[in-house]
Amino acid sequence: MTARAFLVRGLLAGLFAGIAAFAVGYFVAEPQIQTAINYEESHEDAPATHTHSGDAGAEAGHHHDEGGTVVSRHNQRTWGLLTGTLAIGIALGGIVALVAAGVLGRIGALSPGQSTALVALLGWVAVILVPFLKYPANPPAIGNADTIGSRTTEYFVFMVISIVVTVLSTMLALRVRDHYGTYTGLLAGVGLFVVVMVIAGQLMPTVNEVGDFPADTLWYFRRASLITSATMWAVLGAVLSGLVGRLYSREQSIAARRALAASL
Amino acid sequence: MSQTTAAAPTVEVPSIPLAELAPWALFFGLLAVLAIVFVSADQGAFSIPSGNAIHEWVHDGRHLLGYPCH
Ligand SMILES: [Zn+2]
Repeated sequence: MTARAFLVRGLLAGLFAGIAAFAVGYFVAEPQIQTAINYEESHEDAPATHTHSGDAGAEAGHHHDEGGTVVSRHNQRTWGLLTGTLAIGIALGGIVALVAAGVLGRIGALSPGQSTALVALLGWVAVILVPFLKYPANPPAIGNADTIGSRTTEYFVFMVISIVVTVLSTMLALRVRDHYGTYTGLLAGVGLFVVVMVIAGQLMPTVNEVGDFPADTLWYFRRASLITSATMWAVLGAVLSGLVGRLYSREQSIAARRALAASL
Repeated sequence: MSQTTAAAPTVEVPSIPLAELAPWALFFGLLAVLAIVFVSADQGAFSIPSGNAIHEWVHDGRHLLGYPCH
């Protein structure tokens, strides 16, 4: 088991995860994105609730075409979406694999496949689910162009807090487990995570720029967003933990054969 | 492939020395963060390079994967 072996498998798992996320996103989410864009375009002439930029009418919604590049909707929902899910999938695949390499043999008595799957599961909760609960995904037509900077900062700050608290909670759970058993360890770890994240969520600024966007489309889009990222992380975790498990059992059988040969 | 498993073919799970892991984590970590920043935040919150070609191309993915887009 080497760092390189983990990374190669992580990139491969990330490739599959990116393709799966594209397929699910294309069929589940793209119809909602189109509905949102249609809504946005039908409301462009009306006094827009989400644009308060100085020159009225300069903001053109999903295509911020202030003399810049214009990508067709067809390309955005096919090759553009695929580019995004592949880039994120492969990047996450490598990161998850290297974290899995780092925790290998360091999380209780978990096998390599099990600890890798745990990293992917906790990763989805820390990187996607918890940030989503505070700053949920928004379809086109929602969002004030003037606040994009602060909203991006807040989203990533909350994500980093979530990741750091997940690591600390896991370390606490393992430490407590050594002294008081698995049940108490889990309780301590999960308890610390929930309490700290609820407090952090209360302290971080609220973003509400929904305006009078239709609630049904908003919910369908957000649900589709969760389904897409869940698909990405599930495929990533399943493929990577499968590959790592196979690598481990192969190395074990080689080691067993060597030991047998040495004993003869 | 690994010396740690060969030495102990028991149920003990081998671990990878963090010193061996660090250069991989540093190098790939930087690359991965760069890729994520380009898809998630570039030409929105800030613009390097200027323009909107990257933003427009990955637009749907940016919305769908939960990043603030506009
Ligand atoms: Zn957008």
